[in-house]
Amino acid sequence: MPHRYSLSTLRDMLRQGEISSVELTRHFLERIERFTDLNAFITVDAEGALAAADTADQAIAQGSQAPLIGLPIAHKDIFCTRGILTSCGSKILSNFISPYDATVVEHMHRDGAVLLGKTNMDEFAMGSSNETSFFGPVRNPWDRARVPGGSSGGSAAAVAARLVPAATGTDTGGSIRQPAAFCGLTGLKPSYGRVSRYGMIAFASSLDQAGPLAQSAEDAALLLASMAGFDPRDSTSMTQVTPDYEATLEMDLTGLKLGLPREFFDESVDGQVLQGVRDALTIFEQMGAQLIDVELPNSAAGIPCYYVIAPAEASSNLARFDGVRYGHRAADCEDLLALYEKTRAEGFGEEVKRRILIGTYALSAGYYDAYYLKAQKIRRIIAEDFDRAFKQCDIIAGPTAPTSAFGLGEKAEDPVAMYLNDIFTNTVNLAGLPALSLPAGFDHSGLPIGLQFIGRFMDEGRLLGAAHRYQQVTNWHQQLPEGF
Amino acid sequence: MSWEPVIGLEVHAQLQTYSKIFSGAPTAYGAAPNTQACAVDIALPGVLPVMNRQAALLAVKFGLAVDARVNPRSIFARKNYFYPDLPKGYQISQYEIPIVAGGELFIDTAQGRKRIGITRAHLEEDAGKSLHEDFHGMTGVDLNRAGTPLLEIVSEPDMRAPAEAVAYLRKLHSLVRYLEICDGNMEEGSFRCDANISVRPMGQTQLGIRTELKNINSFRFVERALEFEIARQIEVLEDGGTVAQETRLYDPATDETRPMRSKEEAHDYRYFPDPDLPPLVITAADLEQARESLPELPDTRRQRFVTEYELSETDAAQLTAEKDTADYFEQALAANACNHRLMANWVTGELASWLNRTDTPISESKVSPSMLGELVRCIQDQTVSGKTAKAVFEAMWHGDGTAGEIIEARGLKQILDTEIIEQAVVEVIADFPAQVAQVRAGEEKVLSFLVGQVMKATSGKANPRAVNEILRQKLCS
Repeated sequence: MPHRYSLSTLRDMLRQGEISSVELTRHFLERIERFTDLNAFITVDAEGALAAADTADQAIAQGSQAPLIGLPIAHKDIFCTRGILTSCGSKILSNFISPYDATVVEHMHRDGAVLLGKTNMDEFAMGSSNETSFFGPVRNPWDRARVPGGSSGGSAAAVAARLVPAATGTDTGGSIRQPAAFCGLTGLKPSYGRVSRYGMIAFASSLDQAGPLAQSAEDAALLLASMAGFDPRDSTSMTQVTPDYEATLEMDLTGLKLGLPREFFDESVDGQVLQGVRDALTIFEQMGAQLIDVELPNSAAGIPCYYVIAPAEASSNLARFDGVRYGHRAADCEDLLALYEKTRAEGFGEEVKRRILIGTYALSAGYYDAYYLKAQKIRRIIAEDFDRAFKQCDIIAGPTAPTSAFGLGEKAEDPVAMYLNDIFTNTVNLAGLPALSLPAGFDHSGLPIGLQFIGRFMDEGRLLGAAHRYQQVTNWHQQLPEGF
Repeated sequence: MSWEPVIGLEVHAQLQTYSKIFSGAPTAYGAAPNTQACAVDIALPGVLPVMNRQAALLAVKFGLAVDARVNPRSIFARKNYFYPDLPKGYQISQYEIPIVAGGELFIDTAQGRKRIGITRAHLEEDAGKSLHEDFHGMTGVDLNRAGTPLLEIVSEPDMRAPAEAVAYLRKLHSLVRYLEICDGNMEEGSFRCDANISVRPMGQTQLGIRTELKNINSFRFVERALEFEIARQIEVLEDGGTVAQETRLYDPATDETRPMRSKEEAHDYRYFPDPDLPPLVITAADLEQARESLPELPDTRRQRFVTEYELSETDAAQLTAEKDTADYFEQALAANACNHRLMANWVTGELASWLNRTDTPISESKVSPSMLGELVRCIQDQTVSGKTAKAVFEAMWHGDGTAGEIIEARGLKQILDTEIIEQAVVEVIADFPAQVAQVRAGEEKVLSFLVGQVMKATSGKANPRAVNEILRQKLCS
């Protein structure tokens, strides 16, 4: 059964002619069809995928060595894809066909990947449970009554259920890592600027980063290599050459210093999650790594800081959705103001409206200094905390989320409880650092537990290497939920 | 009571770049609607701005030319408001840290030279255009202009009369054209002006409440709008009222200003630094490059014209007000080494009047600098008289050839041969005995009648000075 193989294994099988891209593509399309109850996809492009697979097979026959040639993948519906729907999980873009490809989409297409479709997500990536999507919630394959996490919940559920071998996500405050933790995947949020944001619909421009959701660190390395790289169309993208992540996977853990922030191991974290994380860290110790205590004294300020900056930027980024040029436009508007008001009232969901209001308020005359400016100062202090910690250690380790996957509807009515789910992840975005979540066992309900690694700026290679070494001696990442 | 107006101007100068400030789309004017707007300009989901360095360098040139500080790191900010011709729902501008701060410009007033402070100049993008007339019951949006680079130049409230405001505006207009950073075309909107105006009792230091005037996009409108507004504000105050702080629109048809929107309903633009754009960094090398590309500036050139060409201040000012005029003058001199003042007279006199009458820019003059140079030489070496030269100029304007060709073809060469002139003088003396007697009796002014007769006899070609001298010789000896 091809869906039991990792992306890296499938790549080798394709190259050795053991399977064709068309066969693989058919297989995964059938699985998508079979498990539509997960609601992981917003758009499935069977026709386009089969045509791309056919092209890939011809290229393979001619000896193509393109890194992702013939491999089926899926993109989060936040990436613009030419010719097919790009909805961003919102009604306001529920009819938007992009005339251009995002840089990430372009890169993976260039490297031969076969796009199966676009995955479900929280509306405009605002959410931690995938319940804010206009296209309905996504179900967690490990327990259909639970959320897959968010906002990249569709990608996470799809990979966890092996409806696709790997997928892309985006992470503004934890939107790759938390779903990876909830679904038992390896998910990486790269350093800010590592991957181009061009064509990725903006939520909070200074925090957004695209990254892979995969079955293993090895697969994540393969995807990141394709996604990353300087893009002259994104002024915030870094000019550094992308390292060969596959080559550095086999790293030596001897002497690697893992810093455990006191603040990430407190009573706010679920006991079983904490135990899972501690057990995983013990294995690292056995492999030669050193565990040391570090401090991130200002991490508690992360949530309030994040929930000023992210909505402030979002309130401005989402102003372009006005019904004038594309997307949903309200009918029967008597004047311009009505056009704006009705279009946006109908087009945006509750959570998006809430954040636009918070952000507009934070930027308003008379409040700007107290909120936005203050938040920027805190942001610098948080970044300095990380700088200090990284003088003592190479990687900061802790739980990705305070709990395992929670129930559908459990926090949907309580925004603050929902926001608190990002407590260990969003400081990383504020500091622009790379971080990865990897599976570290299961709790008593059989739900995956996520271990988070945070690295120095542009040090993704070390995170992937450390995770890979752990995955060579454990098999948590190879587990499939029952029935898939 | 006597009142003092206080005026400050905000000028939007469109920077002359090939592509837009944050995208690669062309900036050319006049294309079919929405054909020069790319994905970035129409603000498709996911697109990002990338700074056009050329626009920044043009702004730096301006900063150096007005002796301002060029900030090594300036910040782009988003100005948030909704309007259909503003595709992103925000305009990218500069707010707290502009690229240029604290400069100055000098104007000539009746009381002499006056310094006008320049508060700042910042980079921003233009919006598109809403077309309300072309579609029945609907509004069309043309985004060709969206993203065109602008330099907003804000003056200090240093002007005290409409005439000073116009002088400042003209000076600025001349400067941006000298610098070749803006084409200055006011009809196409490449150089637009808003004015802030208040009045206060003469002698009071505190500023009065100001209004902002929009739609004053010609030198004439600026002056008229300001005059109207000053009178209106004074009337309000003298009637015991207070001036409302508001934006007012000037209507050239009625020559009035009327309220557009009041400050109470003014937008809260929610400025914040644009997270998509890193700080705009201007290095020492950029400054050096801009400095090297600076042309000779109007004030310097004017001084040089006075010292190098021994022109009057007035002539020098007139010749250097526009770069094209100064260039014309110097090209004409270079082509034909001739008298500077005589050339100055011709450029500011006959040439200027023909350009004016036919509404022709000097760069498209029908008489080229070298053609005028040749003509002025002909006057200087007495080939033609000044009067005849005007006729030759007219013929050149109409395309009849060069000065030499026209003089030759029409036999206009001046008679300098005293024997020929003497003969004509003798004949005139013989023909007009009565007038000759009057001159001899001391009636000096009749002499000009006799000069006229000699000129007539020589078909106007005799050198008038020679005729005068010879006549005097004959009659007064």
